Amino acid sequence: MELLVASGIGLVAACGVYLLLRGRTFPVVLGLALLSYAVNFFIFAMGRLTLGGAPIIKPGSTGYADPLPQALVLTAIVIGFGMIAYVLALAIRVCRETGGDHVDGGGSPAEREIP
Amino acid sequence: MVLLPLVAGVMLPPLAARRSRTAAAWTAAAVTAASLVVLLSQAGPVLRGGAVAARWAWLPELGLELSLRLDGLALLFAVLILAIGLLIILYARYYLDAADPIGKFYAQLMLFMAAMLGIVLADNLLLLVFAWELTSISSFLLIGYWDHRADARQGARMALAVTGGGGLAMLAGFLLLGHIGGTYEISELARLHDPVHEHPLYLAALVLVLLGAFTKSAQFPLHFWLPEAMAAPTPVSAYLHSATMVKAGVFLLMRLYPVLGGGIEFEYIVTGVGLATLVFAAYVAIFKHDLKGLLAYSTISHLGLIVFLIGLDSPLSTVAAVFHVVNHATFKASLFMAAGIIDHECGSRDMRKLNGLWRFMPYTATLAMIAAAAMAGVPLLNGFLSKEMFFAEALEVEQLRLLGAVAPYAAALGGIFSVAYSARFVHDVFFHGEPHDLPRTPHEPPRFMRLPVLVLVALCVAVGLAPAFTVEAIVRIAAEDSYGGPMPPYTIALWHGFNLPLLMSAVALGGGILMYWLLQHQYNLHLHAPSGWTLRLLFQHTHDRGIALARAATARLANGSLQRYLALLAAAALATGAAPFLAGGRPAAAAPAYAQADALALALWLILAAAALGTVAAHRHRVVAVVLAAVVGLVVSLAFVYFSAPDLALTQLSVEVVTTVLLLMALALLPQTSPAESTRSRRLRDAALALAAGTGVAALAHAVLTRERGDSIAWYFLEKSVPEGGGSNAVNVILVDFRGFDTLGEITVLGIAALGAAALLADLRVTRSAPLDPPLLLTTAARALLPLAVLVSVYIFLRGHNEPGGGFIAGLVTAIALVIQYMALGQADAEARLRARYDRTIGAGLLVAAGTGMAAWLFGAPFLTSAYGHPVLPLIGEVPLASAAAFDLGVYLTVVGATLLAIAAVGHVTRGPGAAPPPDAQGA
Repeated sequence: MELLVASGIGLVAACGVYLLLRGRTFPVVLGLALLSYAVNFFIFAMGRLTLGGAPIIKPGSTGYADPLPQALVLTAIVIGFGMIAYVLALAIRVCRETGGDHVDGGGSPAEREIP
Repeated sequence: MVLLPLVAGVMLPPLAARRSRTAAAWTAAAVTAASLVVLLSQAGPVLRGGAVAARWAWLPELGLELSLRLDGLALLFAVLILAIGLLIILYARYYLDAADPIGKFYAQLMLFMAAMLGIVLADNLLLLVFAWELTSISSFLLIGYWDHRADARQGARMALAVTGGGGLAMLAGFLLLGHIGGTYEISELARLHDPVHEHPLYLAALVLVLLGAFTKSAQFPLHFWLPEAMAAPTPVSAYLHSATMVKAGVFLLMRLYPVLGGGIEFEYIVTGVGLATLVFAAYVAIFKHDLKGLLAYSTISHLGLIVFLIGLDSPLSTVAAVFHVVNHATFKASLFMAAGIIDHECGSRDMRKLNGLWRFMPYTATLAMIAAAAMAGVPLLNGFLSKEMFFAEALEVEQLRLLGAVAPYAAALGGIFSVAYSARFVHDVFFHGEPHDLPRTPHEPPRFMRLPVLVLVALCVAVGLAPAFTVEAIVRIAAEDSYGGPMPPYTIALWHGFNLPLLMSAVALGGGILMYWLLQHQYNLHLHAPSGWTLRLLFQHTHDRGIALARAATARLANGSLQRYLALLAAAALATGAAPFLAGGRPAAAAPAYAQADALALALWLILAAAALGTVAAHRHRVVAVVLAAVVGLVVSLAFVYFSAPDLALTQLSVEVVTTVLLLMALALLPQTSPAESTRSRRLRDAALALAAGTGVAALAHAVLTRERGDSIAWYFLEKSVPEGGGSNAVNVILVDFRGFDTLGEITVLGIAALGAAALLADLRVTRSAPLDPPLLLTTAARALLPLAVLVSVYIFLRGHNEPGGGFIAGLVTAIALVIQYMALGQADAEARLRARYDRTIGAGLLVAAGTGMAAWLFGAPFLTSAYGHPVLPLIGEVPLASAAAFDLGVYLTVVGATLLAIAAVGHVTRGPGAAPPPDAQGA
């Protein structure tokens, strides 16, 4: 189980990093989204994996999952949405201003030499 | 006493300057005078040979104490600083133009004064460094006072670079000293003379400290900043760059003489540098055409003289050094002020133009000539006395073999040069023909501008005639404090009989005048043009190269490519993450005890892998990629359910919906595809980096997951959740209660992000003119759905404290319901019906949340303290009515507002004419 979780986190993180390194805005945003999944789950997993132990206090039951990483990740997920919204707005604005969505430092389409 | 100019002095003059220029001057003068009174009230015990000390702890862990100590040396310098400061304040009132911001000038001047007092009174090396750097900074500000002038800015920069660099070296030296002695208190270090000298690090500490002192006191070869600093207004030059600040280096040598001095290294370096500076600068001074340039080099030369005297290991040389500090401050400050008057009234400082001013300003000329005579060392004036002591000491240098042989001749040569430039100052300015090409007709200055010069010149004469009645007492005490022991009997007197020093004085006077006459008549001094390679140019060159190098490095790193930044970031994160493991710091792993994975987990993993890889593979087809990314999100939320995190699952699920909607809406405004542009090698490189990052993350996660959980604070939250937070959903209680302040910060961030997104798109907002007709089915369903969804979200909200749910999730559910209305009704219609202003919703949410927290104050409890009760509502059951619920309401409102604001902002942007994806983005 641990192997599956660890490799899953790693795989999503790798995909996220690869997309982050693309030269257009939209893949970068997608990469950001994937990377936040991976990171959120990673932080969550720092509380270790618990099956059937949701941290809802009930008399007589023990073996709850660690609630602290869950609380941290919960806000992180919501803020992740805020971040994606902001980056998307930025991307749209840049696309409007320069006519292109490159982020590789090559300049706007007008400045770019088209082969 | 230090605080007075620091606080009152810096604050008040700019305020007073709004009323009038004179008010500003009076305020500054009053503060200075008050400081002086405080100082003199403390002077009694010091004059009896004691010291006044005060100490407060500042950062005792670092050895930094706010310890001040007033002994004879400090008293002498402090009086010098305050008294000359007072005269300068008066002088500057008339010197500055009406257009110059006078409040700024006085504030900076007072800052400098406070810093300077801090240096002389500090008994802690680190405190001294602090004050020292403060003088460098205020000097920088004052040199650059006329900030519209390029030479002022450049001179200020150079002064700051050189003195600041020296200050850093000095700090390093002080740290070494503190390390050697185990204390930073100067008075304690003074008792550790022998251990310090025997320590292997002594020489390093000595050289570093000397570097600081030499840069500040403009010793060769680090002198070049001082002439450049002459771009400052003349009161500043008179005060900082001749009377006080440049004496800080000299002061430091005197102050630390009991600690560092007395060794052969100290003697060789300090006397050698002093002597070289003395002769070199005096020679250069003769050839300066600029009045202030001449005075600047002469200042350097006199500082060299003082440094030379300090270097000598004899009590009388210390007396001579201290005495010359006083004398130089008086005659040089008055000369600078006279030069300022000439500049002010004639509009030029060029000695090739200023000639024969005697006829126009006889009073000023008389005063300046007396001061210049003191500088040259003419009998009956104070300069003569200290110079004669200097000649006597130069003759005494025996124990330093080579230096001892050179010193008397060098001293005599320096004396000749200094007479020559003094003669030039007097003759070239006040006689020697007629003035020509002057911008203004010369005339006498206002009386109060002359007054400070008069006071200082009177002092020169008084000290010169009757040293025993004027300064001898304080000079003796100061010298004892500096030398660290009692002085042998001596007298400062006008007449010592015919002896060798007197002969040297005579030779210097005669030789100097002869030299000037020869230069003027045989060589034609006015045609001398400086040429060749100077240290200043070397500095400038190095400076320019450094800046060019920094620019080039920046251009290489910051080339505007996000790809490069992110690649560097990822690589750096990888390297820092991997370093401790590669270094072998990894704790031995026990045999990992894996939990058994079931078929469901495996299936989820497979879907996750397929979706994540699919997102990458399909990233050129953006719509497909968005859908696949959403699948990844769904799997993640299922995993949350699986691993006992229902709250997270609900949050992830609802965020996934709004994110996907947002991405698809944005996609409508962006190019639909990402054509392949990167080269194959580039893609391979990125893939390798991504793979490495993924492997690292996976390895770390695996390492953590297969280890026993150490100490955790989870038990605290689980145990206290019900009794103290009043809720059984530990996650929600943490969010709204235990860590409520964090949550408040987080919803603020969320609100700001949404507002930022809306602001970015604000001027692209155009309401769609003709919305598409939405499908009837959807419209009908949406209408029916809205109340239901709102009801559900209320339910989720209310039960959140005890069951999975809460403000975040309820907010997201409401937002989704509203988004569906948008899709069904079209934006304009939906907004018309909802009459919503989401920015206000965000604000209201934040207000509610913060207000709940503040309400706790009313009950005398700290911010965000919660209280709770459990009323029972019909149908819903027992509801925890904690104050935390109100806070959660704030969270709810903020989340709804932020989500919808972001979506509405993107939705409002129309595909205007320029919005279509540009052709080349499609092709290429």
